[in-house]
Amino acid sequence: MWTYVLKRLLLMIPTVLGAAFVIFFLLRALPGDVCELKLGGEGAYYDEEQINICRDNLGLNQPLIAQFGDFVVGLATFDLGTSMWTGRSVLEEMGKRFQLSLQVAIMATLVSIIIAIPLGTLSAVYQNSWIDYLVRTVSIAGIAMPSFWLGILIILALLNISEYFTGSRWSPPLDYKPLWVDPWYNLSMLIWPALATGYRYSAVATRMTRSSLLEVLREDYVRTARAKGMAEKIIINRHALKNAMLPVVTVIGIEFAFLMGGLVVTEQVFNLNGLGRLLVDSVTFNDYSMTQGIVMTIVMVFVFTNFVVDLLYAWLDPRIRYS
Amino acid sequence: MRTKFWKAAIGAAVATTFAGQAMADGHETPKSGGTLNFVVGSKIPSYDGHVETTFGMIHPIAPFYSLLIRVNPNNPAENDFECDVCESFESSEDGLTWTYKIRKGVTFHDGKPLDANDVHATYDKIIFPPEGTASSRKAFYAMVESHRVVDSHTYEMKLKFPSGAYVPSMASPFNFIYSDEDLKEHGTQWHKTNINGSGPFIFVEHQPGAFVSGKKNPNYHLEGKPYLDGFKAISAPKLAARVQAIEGNRAGIEFRGFPPKQRDALAAALGDKLVIQESDWNCVLMATPNHKRKPFDDPRVRKALTLAVDRWGGSKYLSKIAIVKTVGGIVFPNHPLAATKEELVGLAGYGEDLEANRAEARRLLEEAGFDFSKTYSFNNRGVDQPYKVVGTWLLDQWKKVGIKFEQRVSPSPVFYDILRKQYDFDVSIDFNCQSVINPIADVSKFIPSSGNNYTQNEDAEIEALYQKLLRAPTEEEQRKIMRELEQMVLSDKATQFITLWWYKINPHWNYVKGWKIAPSHYLGQQLDQIWLDQ
Repeated sequence: MWTYVLKRLLLMIPTVLGAAFVIFFLLRALPGDVCELKLGGEGAYYDEEQINICRDNLGLNQPLIAQFGDFVVGLATFDLGTSMWTGRSVLEEMGKRFQLSLQVAIMATLVSIIIAIPLGTLSAVYQNSWIDYLVRTVSIAGIAMPSFWLGILIILALLNISEYFTGSRWSPPLDYKPLWVDPWYNLSMLIWPALATGYRYSAVATRMTRSSLLEVLREDYVRTARAKGMAEKIIINRHALKNAMLPVVTVIGIEFAFLMGGLVVTEQVFNLNGLGRLLVDSVTFNDYSMTQGIVMTIVMVFVFTNFVVDLLYAWLDPRIRYS
Repeated sequence: MRTKFWKAAIGAAVATTFAGQAMADGHETPKSGGTLNFVVGSKIPSYDGHVETTFGMIHPIAPFYSLLIRVNPNNPAENDFECDVCESFESSEDGLTWTYKIRKGVTFHDGKPLDANDVHATYDKIIFPPEGTASSRKAFYAMVESHRVVDSHTYEMKLKFPSGAYVPSMASPFNFIYSDEDLKEHGTQWHKTNINGSGPFIFVEHQPGAFVSGKKNPNYHLEGKPYLDGFKAISAPKLAARVQAIEGNRAGIEFRGFPPKQRDALAAALGDKLVIQESDWNCVLMATPNHKRKPFDDPRVRKALTLAVDRWGGSKYLSKIAIVKTVGGIVFPNHPLAATKEELVGLAGYGEDLEANRAEARRLLEEAGFDFSKTYSFNNRGVDQPYKVVGTWLLDQWKKVGIKFEQRVSPSPVFYDILRKQYDFDVSIDFNCQSVINPIADVSKFIPSSGNNYTQNEDAEIEALYQKLLRAPTEEEQRKIMRELEQMVLSDKATQFITLWWYKINPHWNYVKGWKIAPSHYLGQQLDQIWLDQ
């Protein structure tokens, strides 16, 4: 088991380095300049001399290889540098946003699990019944409906329903307060995007749970358990479901990592100050250091999530553990 | 104290149009207290006003700072300049020496007193920045020769030549007064991430990407102000989120402006709880032909482009869907230096007989041997309001005289790269957005050597005329030269041309009082005049 863990850990290093190389050079291949946007982005007077001073100050006039060297050394020492747009530390800029994105990702994943596993199980157990058809319709609707569109519908509904009942229009808060500071405020802001994205992602997991469970339910050991007279509830909960969870855990793990930086449009709809929005802003502003910092953080989250999924595999399936 | 000279030189009154349901709250007695929440549709870069150029910085950060002089926030539609940390300012008879008396008793938020040394250090950083220090508006002060501290409460500037562009430049809302001690102790980069101002509000918190909050400065130098206990500037980049924020009363106001459709949606949702202020906007959308590309090196072809455009009709229809409205020349509409309608209709493409304009355009194109079978490239910015809307309209206008363009819409960084570095376009959208209405400085956009003119044109005649304008001492002379310049760039040489001027629409909750719409989204943002009627 320890060899397995060590191998997985060592595999992380080339993955992270490869990602660093790709993001660094891809960003610089894109046209545009942070200094031009800063000093002349709103149509004001544009002074080439000032742009050059700005580029000097940001280190953009150094040779590319020197810039890359600084970036890799920074990564190795957990120093992501300062944002070229704001002048503040990348880690400081990402701090609160990471917190918010993590909370939305956890809440959306919980919503997804709460919906997907019971519905997927019901759908498999009552295959081809009206329950199965209903669950499949709900899950296909979730896949078909973009979460940002669902988000817009939720906001419109909130505005109109609140006006109907209270006489004034209510919309979710615009600024983030941590859960432990003001739980009610926090949840009244984040529950809506969590529902919108959680429903979207539950659809994939529901279908995965259904098909995986159907496969397991046809296995010999399930037939044997039934032949021995074991209760159906025990067969499903104790034997079938656990074994059917391998692909579901993979899907949920990948989705969770994606939620950390991929909720760009949903974040904009709900005005969430998350990592996705920050990433889009950084790309828009040609803020290399910030973009690199966020991409590398997301890469780390992906790599770590995959590592955890691999460990879960080993826990769920002894064949992996002992091979 | 304002002398006769500068009154004449600047040409004060700018009769900006106010329409809609603009509030006349000047007669009400302001109430103290409350926190104003407002939304900002852009991200804050650094806090340094001397470097930054965006309203994303001005709206949340300006309330922490004072200026030397400013546009009167109670009368922002006119170039009505008033003292902020000065108590008076005047010029010598020849307009070459300007003396500012600094108020006594003004303090920075760290408790240290503000005097002429701080004003000197601030303008030193702006006009004569040390090597390696960026200053975005340094070029605005080409007329300044030197400056000095006369005594601790008197500051003086000497000019190389008198200029009508001087006072408006001094009143730039970006000229935050910094402490001399801070600059000496921490250097010129410190203000990018730190705030120590003397403005109406004291910095409380900045949650990056989310909000900036401030609390009332009890020692503010303007008596009785500010009225608010504090403010919170909430970042909301998406237009829909800003509209919902107003609709759901999460924010009382947004200071940049909404398109007409969003104004109407808010008016329908909030009824008489909403107040709408509207004004001409000191931003203009232009078309810039590339003079190094054939056939746009030919003035006849360029003139045909401007003749094909129906500005009067465009104003009527586009103003229903986009933030553009007013037909104007190179000067902000209704300013004393701007062309009247009678003067405008004499320019190419401004005549009211559209068919005659287009017939002339076709004749010029035929005469120039224009290749109608080719499709030319039109560079546009990937921003809906108003770029994509106006760009699409322009293409349709040109099609009416047989000129075909392919629109290439790119995100801002790519758009700028094409416009400013690659010059890979036949015609491009371009724009000119300024803060204080300062026509003599603002029209530098049309001067080939100005640095922000991307026509790739070289023209000694235009350059010489602009130098003459810079030095013209009276409004009458300035106006005369301005007409010559306008005729030259928009008609005779058709070096580049104007589509429509922007139009600012600010719907806000009726409890937000004291804020008056300005012709620029950079002005009137110190918030000391705002109060809440709740």
